[in-house]
Amino acid sequence: MTTAATGYIAKFKVWRGDTEGGALEDFEVEVNEGEVVLDIIHRLQATQAPDLAVRWNCKAGKCGSCSAEINGRPRLLCMTRMSVFTREETITVTPLRAFPIVRDLVTNVGFNYQKAREVPSFVPPQDLGPGEYRMMQEDVNRSQEFRKCIECFLCQDTCHVVRDHEDNKEAFAGPRFLMRVAELDMHPLDDAAEQGLDRKATAQEEHGLGYCNITKCCSEVCPEGIKITDNALIPLKERAVDRKYDPLVWLGNKIMRRGQDT
Amino acid sequence: MTHVERQQWDVVVVGAGGAGLRAAIEAREQGLRTAVICKSLFGKAHTVMAEGGIAASMGNVNSGDNWQVHFRDTMRGGKFLNHWRMAELHAKEAPDRVWELETWGALFDRTKDGKISQRNFGGHEYPRLAHVGDRTGLELIRTLQQKIVSLQQEDFKETGDYEAKLKVFQEVTVTRVLKDDSGKVSGVFCYERESGRFCVIEAPSVVLATGGIGKSFKVTSNSWEYTGDGHALALLAGASLINMEFVQFHPTGMVWPPSVKGILVTESVRGDGGVLRNSEGKRFMFDYIPDVFKEKYAQTEEEGDRWYKDPDNNRRPPELLPRDEVARAINSEVKAGRGSPHGGVFLDVSTRMPAEEIKRRLPSMHHQFKELADVDITAEAMEVGPTCHYVMGGVDVEPDTAAAVGVPGLFAAGEVAGGMHGSNRLGGNSLSDLLVFGRRAGLHAAKYAAELGDSRPVVNEDEIATASAEALRPFSAEPSDEDGARPPENPYTIHQELQQAMNDLVGIIRREPEMNEALQRLGELRGRARRAGVEGHRQFNPGWHLAIDLRNMLLVSECVARAARERTESRGGHTRDDFPGMDRDWRKSNLVCRLSDPSGGLAATDPERGQIRLEKREMPPIRPDLLDLFEKDELVKYLTDEELTAE
Amino acid sequence: MATEATERPAPDSPPPAGGVTAPGRAAIRERHLRTDRWWLAPAATAAGLLAFVIYSTWRAFANTDYYAAPYVSPFYSPCLAENCEPMKGGPNFDLLGGWWGLSPAIIILIFPLGFRLTCYYYRKAYYRGFWASPPACAVAEPHKKYSGETRFPLVLQNIHRYFFYAAVLVALILTWDTVLAFRNSDYEWGHMGLGTLVFLANIVLIWAYTLSCHSCRHIVGGRLKHFSKHPVRYKLWGWVGKLNERHMFLAWASLISVAAADFYVYLVASGAFDDPTLF
Repeated sequence: MTTAATGYIAKFKVWRGDTEGGALEDFEVEVNEGEVVLDIIHRLQATQAPDLAVRWNCKAGKCGSCSAEINGRPRLLCMTRMSVFTREETITVTPLRAFPIVRDLVTNVGFNYQKAREVPSFVPPQDLGPGEYRMMQEDVNRSQEFRKCIECFLCQDTCHVVRDHEDNKEAFAGPRFLMRVAELDMHPLDDAAEQGLDRKATAQEEHGLGYCNITKCCSEVCPEGIKITDNALIPLKERAVDRKYDPLVWLGNKIMRRGQDT
Repeated sequence: MTHVERQQWDVVVVGAGGAGLRAAIEAREQGLRTAVICKSLFGKAHTVMAEGGIAASMGNVNSGDNWQVHFRDTMRGGKFLNHWRMAELHAKEAPDRVWELETWGALFDRTKDGKISQRNFGGHEYPRLAHVGDRTGLELIRTLQQKIVSLQQEDFKETGDYEAKLKVFQEVTVTRVLKDDSGKVSGVFCYERESGRFCVIEAPSVVLATGGIGKSFKVTSNSWEYTGDGHALALLAGASLINMEFVQFHPTGMVWPPSVKGILVTESVRGDGGVLRNSEGKRFMFDYIPDVFKEKYAQTEEEGDRWYKDPDNNRRPPELLPRDEVARAINSEVKAGRGSPHGGVFLDVSTRMPAEEIKRRLPSMHHQFKELADVDITAEAMEVGPTCHYVMGGVDVEPDTAAAVGVPGLFAAGEVAGGMHGSNRLGGNSLSDLLVFGRRAGLHAAKYAAELGDSRPVVNEDEIATASAEALRPFSAEPSDEDGARPPENPYTIHQELQQAMNDLVGIIRREPEMNEALQRLGELRGRARRAGVEGHRQFNPGWHLAIDLRNMLLVSECVARAARERTESRGGHTRDDFPGMDRDWRKSNLVCRLSDPSGGLAATDPERGQIRLEKREMPPIRPDLLDLFEKDELVKYLTDEELTAE
Repeated sequence: MATEATERPAPDSPPPAGGVTAPGRAAIRERHLRTDRWWLAPAATAAGLLAFVIYSTWRAFANTDYYAAPYVSPFYSPCLAENCEPMKGGPNFDLLGGWWGLSPAIIILIFPLGFRLTCYYYRKAYYRGFWASPPACAVAEPHKKYSGETRFPLVLQNIHRYFFYAAVLVALILTWDTVLAFRNSDYEWGHMGLGTLVFLANIVLIWAYTLSCHSCRHIVGGRLKHFSKHPVRYKLWGWVGKLNERHMFLAWASLISVAAADFYVYLVASGAFDDPTLF
């Protein structure tokens, strides 16, 4: 670990504007050792641009508020250390580009909350009361990985299905909420199937799983390192195949008990 | 006059952390139309930062655990200053609140037989904390958030509107609790952060669940939201605060690099085997076991190490003493010159567990140090030091109903409520507190609103006008000197000076002269804060938001400083250099803070006088059957002779 | 083959198409602001895939130099037509009879080709490398419309698992070919040449790639809800999962090894090189 605490002046370009328009504004700002991009944005607020709008909360990569794009890549401002850039580099910070702008670095992420509502919730088993739930660790591991999600919505921002195609927003839930479907479908005690809700089929029919072309940008940007594509989206696609494209599985289910989940 | 949007709801919950969401769920399930207001986006509340777990005596790992043991641990941790009734309700109801989360989809780590796993934590006699790795708070908030969505889905099926009965107002800040002429709560005044528009939400019940005050301190584990809003709103509405001198400094915050100083290092690191060492490599905590805990903690490293495997026949290591003890010990080591290079001590798991196990049990700590400090905790020790973490003090409430004393219609739950944790909170008791009292607040707020029927308090138009004027003042701030030559004050500067003053003068170790100076400085800052001005317009303007929050931080800081100066003893989260001992006479006293000018005038232009009036109040005697849970030998350390003989 | 998802009624007035420059979003004209060499990965992927396509097309249509006792090129195994070279003990299965006049490689290559074409990794690779959909993360794609894998023909990607079953059969036959490689050119057992090593390396990689397949992971255990009730399948799922993490690496390694095995046979069969005998 180094202790040389030498500051320097960095060149920043920060997008400032609102729904009416805006532009990248140039700043020169002091940087000290160990700082992250959010520290620099705060320094700009305190010294040069007091009304610079930015969302942030925990500053420790746990709440997922300070999502933005740094040098064109979706990232958390609080988890991007200044040491990953050279001192000569101009660092460009813009708001998320898949969502409507509010002001400066703040966007309207309402799309995500709307999609969250469209995924039917956990269905508790009817025959179990509180305190009677028994689940094995190996059965909850998969869903637990997805529940690490801090809802920074970087995956929703980077996913080209909606980033590059505004018109797909209605049909496509995005990686975060397809992962939520996978989480519930893999939940050992989710009773949806018994109560007539087939999450495997609705993943495709209601939430647009078919739009995903598994190009893995969601996994690349995930600050929690969740393997969204390999562990959630592809397994969900395979489960949808079980329901819709695999006559053998279909036949098997007919012969065995119907819709059996083991 | 500015246009103010008005809406009518039955119950308004201010804050969308664990307590707020739990309260909202309860109120909605009681059939009342409930609005939740939060400063951030839905699901980002500070509760996500909680790492270790939820304390609940389910007895899944050690069947010897039950609510009585949990109650005892809680009272000991709080040095018997806890309101015993709150501690009792908390210990009794916590297991139900945890089990309920499972029925809403929470996925805790499991035991071998498929139950909820429980881990050891400082001050808890048995493994008691339900957890998910070291991201329990995230699981809690997400589960509550998803439960709210599920209720909204039900409402959608019924009415075609997701928000018919339960609505979350995101990125909205409440600046005033409104009251009618008879003193009953009539609603809240707020502004939307995004647009800067004002709104009034009329409701007969208001639940405060705004969390803590940590942003008044420089080194803190708290996020920007923790500006003491609920504490200040309650004061301004005529309620009182108790125990404000008790501020918990978590022993292990990051100390390096400077920009992350204060960020929490979970207690689970120690619960799972991590040890504290000074620069000489010594496990110094063995030198800091106070007399009241002598029998409960290991005296040798060997015994402490055996405890992790065989807790029934060994005593726990002193790294797991309550937080106040550990924080003071670290502070002393650093002062004695045995600190780490960046002014902390070493917390080491790397020599205690295989790397794979560390990554599995402490994933987010591993990630946090790797990303923020470039330290691999599986290979080297962490540097840690105390950080402002939690305020035990808060709104004076009725234990059973969470109703704020003296203000009909006002309720408080979670960190913003006082009494539950006494002088020091045990780790893990916070999340359970949120759930137990969040539910109770929601329940009783709903009952209160329902009982009022149609005779609801009416919002007073003058109050709205005053509140708008107050909120808009930073846009027309006075110049900062008489002849108008200097521009208005910069709110960021005032905030930094406030944090520095509280950190240096009312921090972990306190002295009377320093607190006098703190009060002096707070007075000056209060004057300057009135002249804090902002640029730009009202749309998402962080400078403006901070200027408004300053009022709250200054109010609660004054409470902390005044109460701390008054309490001439050391207990839990309050340590006096000039009064180092615990005083049994102080045990039964609460210090109560009230606004000195209850007319609600925007007062405080006079820096000397201050805004807070302090009052000493006797605590109700502990119920005899609860006292019987303790050995007499232990009670004599805390209670006065009269209290003991009164039994 | 259209799914319900594609039959979703269109909204009355379609919202304005467009991506990062769509109305309402931050007004930034650049289609991306990345400063790194984001184009390198898709370009390299495209180049690698293209090279293989060219090589394999040439070899598949060549219909010559694919057998040099005891080695048979993996491109021509199993050989399903009458016009195959006779391979003693080898993969001659004359299913199609004499009417097939083209190279027998074409019949069998459909299966491994289909397996790789519908493979979740290769899909990513060619969607990015050839289709630019997207070219790289947060780099706008050039297409106006995008429907992903919701409709024909891309909805056919869902039959990947059938190609997996076929790929297992092919891998079994290639394993047999590798066993046969423990003979010398006179078909005597108990010998090894350099080619045997090439075949061994290839078959190990082929199996590793085949078993690391996402469909395989689903079939062996991924489809279960309760691992705890199926301990054996849980173990298998865990192992396949370990391989699956290296799916991309295995995809490339086995692609190169299969081409290398074929090229080795070509060199020996065309007489350009003599297979060194080890024992």
